Amino acid sequence: MSLTLQEISRIGELAKLQMTANEQQSMLTQLNSFFDLVEQIKSVDTQGVVPLSHPYATVADVALRLRPDVVSEKNQREANQQSAPEVQKGLFLVPKVIES
Amino acid sequence: MNAIHDLSLKALCNALQTQQLSAREVALHYLDRARQHTSSQAHLASGMATTDLNKADQGSCGAFLSLNEAHTLAQADLSDQRLQTGQARALEGVPIAHKDIFVTQDFPTTAGSKILAGYRSPFDATVVRRLSDAGMVSLGKLNCDEFAMGSANENSAYGVVHNPWDMTRIAGGSSGGSAAAVAMGLTPAATGTDTGGSIRQPASFCGITGIKPTYGRASRYGMIAYASSLDQAGPMARTAEDCATLLSAMCGPDIERDSTSLDLPSEDFSAYLNNDLQGLRIGVPKEFFAKGLSDDVRQATQSALDALVRLGCQLVDIELPKTELSIPVYYILAPAEASSNLSRFDGVKFGYRTKDYKDLDEMYQKTRSEGFGPEVQRRIMVGAYVLSHGYYDAYYVQAQKIRRMISDDFQRAFSHCDVIAGPVAPTVAWKLGEKSNDPLSNYLADIFTLPASLAGLPGMSVPCGFGEGQMPVGLQLIGNYLKESQLLNVAHRYQGVSDWHLQRPGSPA
Repeated sequence: MSLTLQEISRIGELAKLQMTANEQQSMLTQLNSFFDLVEQIKSVDTQGVVPLSHPYATVADVALRLRPDVVSEKNQREANQQSAPEVQKGLFLVPKVIES
Repeated sequence: MNAIHDLSLKALCNALQTQQLSAREVALHYLDRARQHTSSQAHLASGMATTDLNKADQGSCGAFLSLNEAHTLAQADLSDQRLQTGQARALEGVPIAHKDIFVTQDFPTTAGSKILAGYRSPFDATVVRRLSDAGMVSLGKLNCDEFAMGSANENSAYGVVHNPWDMTRIAGGSSGGSAAAVAMGLTPAATGTDTGGSIRQPASFCGITGIKPTYGRASRYGMIAYASSLDQAGPMARTAEDCATLLSAMCGPDIERDSTSLDLPSEDFSAYLNNDLQGLRIGVPKEFFAKGLSDDVRQATQSALDALVRLGCQLVDIELPKTELSIPVYYILAPAEASSNLSRFDGVKFGYRTKDYKDLDEMYQKTRSEGFGPEVQRRIMVGAYVLSHGYYDAYYVQAQKIRRMISDDFQRAFSHCDVIAGPVAPTVAWKLGEKSNDPLSNYLADIFTLPASLAGLPGMSVPCGFGEGQMPVGLQLIGNYLKESQLLNVAHRYQGVSDWHLQRPGSPA
């Protein structure tokens, strides 16, 4: 199979990655040679095989735990925001998203 | 007595406990060495002035990304107080350095990425905290491939790591800084993480010992996520004995904070180090010795198998028929998980944000395109594609199914043997730049480490000789789930009859 430049552009938008025309072209070449390698998985007969998500589930039942939705941390707003690009009055600043 | 950096972790621990050495003098000695091997771009990673760091002279291997000497010495002083007042913990005053993928309160954390330059975490990763709680002193943070994506440590935004055995070669990756630092004696121990071989392969390339435990043994809390269903932390040190001590301190349930953490009690992985190997069945997968394996690595690996036979082990031929498929399966699943995990880097809550943008969407796009390196962007693209509508079943689900078949193959193999042994990588460490323009050739070199990663099995690398260019070769040992003690037992007994792990770069042959 072969990807197209349109697909590279669409996936780039989904993944929020901006690429110049040149970068898109080289991404296309690299991804196509990658998918050539990957094609072989399609011919493997996997009928009836259950997908494996937690590897230890190969030998034992593994249930992914959930914990009660309760406050467990003390307020660490300042520590949490110390590496934020733009903060004002304890809020994260972003460009305007709602037009007035 | 030997120089401090020539002592094994065990010997160092004894010297501290008996107060022949103080934690402060040990810390100062290692900091002095670490300073000489910081990355040329460490000031960008840590936000430190270049004058506080060594200006990357010719001899630097580029292992360290950040130091915080005041913090390290404060920790050491606290250890000295405990040592003097009979309150010493198991690893009191022993230094360790952490792969920069573990978040730390007292050092910047970058994951080798520009997008996290200067990032300060509000908390310590569970693994880091557990090691501090055992008395260990943190020396600093170690270079790695960006978000642990790479097999050569050429993908760090803060410079490559050079192999201490030959500075023109790669150290391996992604835990290249950890492996190089231990090999050079810049730290007696380091943490690493292994997603597709990132502990075992650099350990092999740098001639040290490293172990990745069963998936779920070590908490992933505070370990910056690359591929969550594969990522696992483990120790890197000189000997299997040292790794056993470190692994015991690192592992344990973290039920509240890591939903994939196994709910099993902590274990003393040193308990069976000296067990007799008589009658132990070592499975030798024929696929690991097929074409593609270079002669020098084959020879070193074969000699190690012979040594195991002399120790009483019995070699059994086994098959892992889907070995080659593990490459496409891994390189679908890991990027899929990465594309999801890395969506959190958007320039809002932490890290880098682009300078000029007209709206939110452009801010996201420019931030990510400028902040992520080329390999990370490639994997995000692959991941987004295989998860997208119309391709999800053909790629992602199909890969998850083959993943189960690979795991089942291991279980079949383990009905005939106790431990599996083979090479870690098809060749020794290659030259810097040799494969950096060809991502696929890097992927193909992961062939022998990927199967155990996909199955979540414990695996380790043990020095077993030298190959082309006098570069180290590692023997890979793979155990069944939760059998870390058995792996370490085999490795320790092997190290009792070999001296590859005692060789040092630059020392006369």
